[in-house]
Amino acid sequence: MTGRALPKTSRLALTAAATLIAAFALACGPDTYEIPIETPIQPKLDVSAFQRVLVAGFVAGGNEDVDTNQETVRLLRSQLRTKSSLRVIDADILPLVEVAQDQPTTTGAAGNDSAAGSDHASNGRPSAPTGAGGAADRGTQTLALPKNIKDEKDLEPYERLFANTAYWKRIGEEFQNPLIVTGTVLFANRSTSGIVQRDQEVFDNRGVRRVVPVRTYMERKGFLLRPKFVFIDGRTGATMYSESYREEVLYNAQQNTPALSSYFELMDRLVPNFLSALSSQKIKGTRVLLK
Amino acid sequence: MNVRVGIVAAGVALVSASPSFADAKGDAKSQVEFGINVAQRGLWREAIYRWEKAVELDPTYAAAYNDLAIAYEHEGQLDKARKAYEKAIELSPNSEPIRQNYELFKEINDRTSAAKDK
Repeated sequence: MTGRALPKTSRLALTAAATLIAAFALACGPDTYEIPIETPIQPKLDVSAFQRVLVAGFVAGGNEDVDTNQETVRLLRSQLRTKSSLRVIDADILPLVEVAQDQPTTTGAAGNDSAAGSDHASNGRPSAPTGAGGAADRGTQTLALPKNIKDEKDLEPYERLFANTAYWKRIGEEFQNPLIVTGTVLFANRSTSGIVQRDQEVFDNRGVRRVVPVRTYMERKGFLLRPKFVFIDGRTGATMYSESYREEVLYNAQQNTPALSSYFELMDRLVPNFLSALSSQKIKGTRVLLK
Repeated sequence: MNVRVGIVAAGVALVSASPSFADAKGDAKSQVEFGINVAQRGLWREAIYRWEKAVELDPTYAAAYNDLAIAYEHEGQLDKARKAYEKAIELSPNSEPIRQNYELFKEINDRTSAAKDK
């Protein structure tokens, strides 16, 4: 394996060439430069007309271990307090399921007509704009909305509540025309079974450990979170913007994870998107500059 | 046909070899280098000015478009960033760093709508 030695002149020439290349590379410097950047994302909503925000409450259901309405209001208020320029109004959380149940079927013009009514619920909040005998007088019937919300279908009839501009306008008037955040939240148990791939540790004859992917049938359970955030202009009661999200988490069927901790885990994923509707966010990353 | 192609090629070669073209390329390169220097110190507006100048001097300079796109992205001018990235890719379709930057940009740009209405 011994090669023929190069003549001295060739060796010198090679060394000189290598030195030249190295010097050239040093003189030129690198051609790529990694640089950190922060990309500002503009808010989806123009909230410049508002100084305050009211997270009013949600039509919520699904899992019975978590008070989804209360937890969602608390979480969003706390996030808005620290991450938006709007002042958060601390008010009683509206029981929107009950409010919706009291509302007439026709919410458009009828709702507007009743805006002048002085019907207030016992807690001091405006109740549904039915007025004294209002629903019956207008020939409308109170909808049989499902009281126990178990799935997405149960939430659908409640959508009308957010179109009731008269109701939201009155809520807005009570709190001096803030931006109102409301919507629906379904937090439900979820179970599924099927083939999943997971890594398994195996040892061969010589005791050497290996990790191999194994496809096995597994029963899994977890939770599904499906919120719809509705942003309402408190001055007019009209919906400005709404957005829906869907997140789920699944665990091994034997694993016992508290519903509340899963709720927060799922909400954690959504909160940045929720905030980006109201305030500008900065997303950190790195890029490569080229010469 | 071959003669025409030959004439065009010779013309391009002549223009590329001409001192003014070489000067413009050299100037564009200096602007890009200066832009990198100031961007690394956080002076992104100055960097944008330099890189805009660079692409003006040499409209075929893919790296300058790439750097400009990054600066626009940093400044929140996302439409301009997209156009600059697309131009960079058009000029240098095989550049892995440019493609990677663009993918990251798209991921952020689309993020706001990605989770929506799943």
